[in-house]
Amino acid sequence: MNRFVKDKEHLFRMAALFAAGVVLFLIFKAVLVPEGFGVYGHYRAGALADNRVRAPRFAGRAACVECHTDERDAWKGGKHAGVGCEACHGALAKHAADPSAEKPVKPDPRTICFTCHLANAAKPRKFPQMDPKNHFDGGACNGCHSPHAPDKEPKK
Amino acid sequence: MKSDRRDFVLTAGKLLVLTAPAAAYLEAVETGKAEEPAYKNNEHYWGMIVDVEKCIGCGNCVRACKTENDVPLEPYFFRTWVERYHVAEAKEHPDVDSPDGGYNGFPEKYAAGDGAKSFFVPKLCNACAHSPCTQVCPVGATFESPDGAVLVDKTYCLGCRYCVQACPYGCRFIDPRTNTVDKCNLCYHRITKGLTTACCESCPTGARQLVDLKDPKDPVHEFLRTHKIQVLKPQLATGAKVFYNGLDGSVR
Repeated sequence: MNRFVKDKEHLFRMAALFAAGVVLFLIFKAVLVPEGFGVYGHYRAGALADNRVRAPRFAGRAACVECHTDERDAWKGGKHAGVGCEACHGALAKHAADPSAEKPVKPDPRTICFTCHLANAAKPRKFPQMDPKNHFDGGACNGCHSPHAPDKEPKK
Repeated sequence: MKSDRRDFVLTAGKLLVLTAPAAAYLEAVETGKAEEPAYKNNEHYWGMIVDVEKCIGCGNCVRACKTENDVPLEPYFFRTWVERYHVAEAKEHPDVDSPDGGYNGFPEKYAAGDGAKSFFVPKLCNACAHSPCTQVCPVGATFESPDGAVLVDKTYCLGCRYCVQACPYGCRFIDPRTNTVDKCNLCYHRITKGLTTACCESCPTGARQLVDLKDPKDPVHEFLRTHKIQVLKPQLATGAKVFYNGLDGSVR
C-alpha cells in the first residue's frame, strides 16, 4: 500500500500524457476527417449530393411530348415509338426548359437515317438496313418514308 | 355568448382535425425534411440490361454520354463505348474493334456472308456490388453508393490511378482537365431526378435499359426470369449489375 502511494506521481504523469495524446488524436481527427465521412461507408456522404448537381442535357421524351402533341400522336404506336425524340433531334434540355432559349436544328433527312439503317454485317439480321447503292436515289429519305412512324403513315 | 356542451364538442372536434397536419408540418420544419429532395437512396438499387441482340452499333449511346457528361471528345476517353466482335469459326480469338469507341458508328469492315458471326457489344461501368476498383482506393474517393452506383468523389480523388488498373472492365480513365478519375456513374444526376440515363434515353432499339432492382414493378424482374442472362467476367465475382442478354462466349 505504501509503495503504491509513494509511486503514484509517475502514474499521474503517464495518465496525463496519455490523456493529452487522446485529446490530440481527437483534435486531429476532427480537423482531418471531412464532414459526413463514414455515414454510409468509407467515403464522404456529401459526395452523393456532389454527383447529383449536374444539370441534365437530355430532357427525356416525356418532356418533349408535353408540348409536341402532334408529333406524339404520329409517333405513338408506330415502328419508331421506342426511339426517343432526342435520339435523332439531339440533346434538348435547354429547349425543354425554355423553348425560346434554344431552337432545335432539324436533322438532315439525307443522312440521319443512315445512323441506324446503313447496312452492316454486325447488325442483327432482323433489323431493317439498306445499302444506299441499291436503294437510295439521292433524295431525302423522308420524301418516301415518314420519320416519326415509318409503318403507320403510308408512303408518299 | 352562451356555450353548451354540444358547441364545445363540435369546436373541439374541428380543432382536433387540424392537429394532425399541424404536427406533420412542425415535424417537417424541425427535422428539415421539407427541404430535402424526394429521392431516397435506400429505395433504389440501380443496374442495367444490355440486350446484345438488339444493338445495331449506331453509337448514339457513346455520343449521348459524351454530351451529357462532358466527357473529353478525344477518342480514348469513354464512359461508355461499343465494341464490334467478329468471330470466325477456325480462329482461336475473335477480332474486336471499336473505332473511336463507336462514336462515329462502325464503317463496314467485314464482307457480309464471310462465314463468321459478327455483333456489337456496348460496354460501360458494370456497377459492381463488390467492385475491385473501390477496394483499392487509398483515400475513399470512390465507392459503391447505397443505391448501387459506383461513384467518384472528385474533390477527394488524388489521381493515383490505382482504380484505373483495378477495374477489370477498363471502365475508368483519368480526366486530363482535372487529373482525377472519371467513369460512368449511371448518370447519377439523372436517375436521382426520375430520368433514365442519357445512353438509354438515346438508344433507338432499347438495347440498353436502366433498371431499378428494388422496384417490384420494374420489368427487369420479368426479363431476368425469362432470358438467359450473363454478366461480364463472372469468374471475378464482382457482383456486376449490368446484365447482358445474348452474350457470346467470346466476349471478354
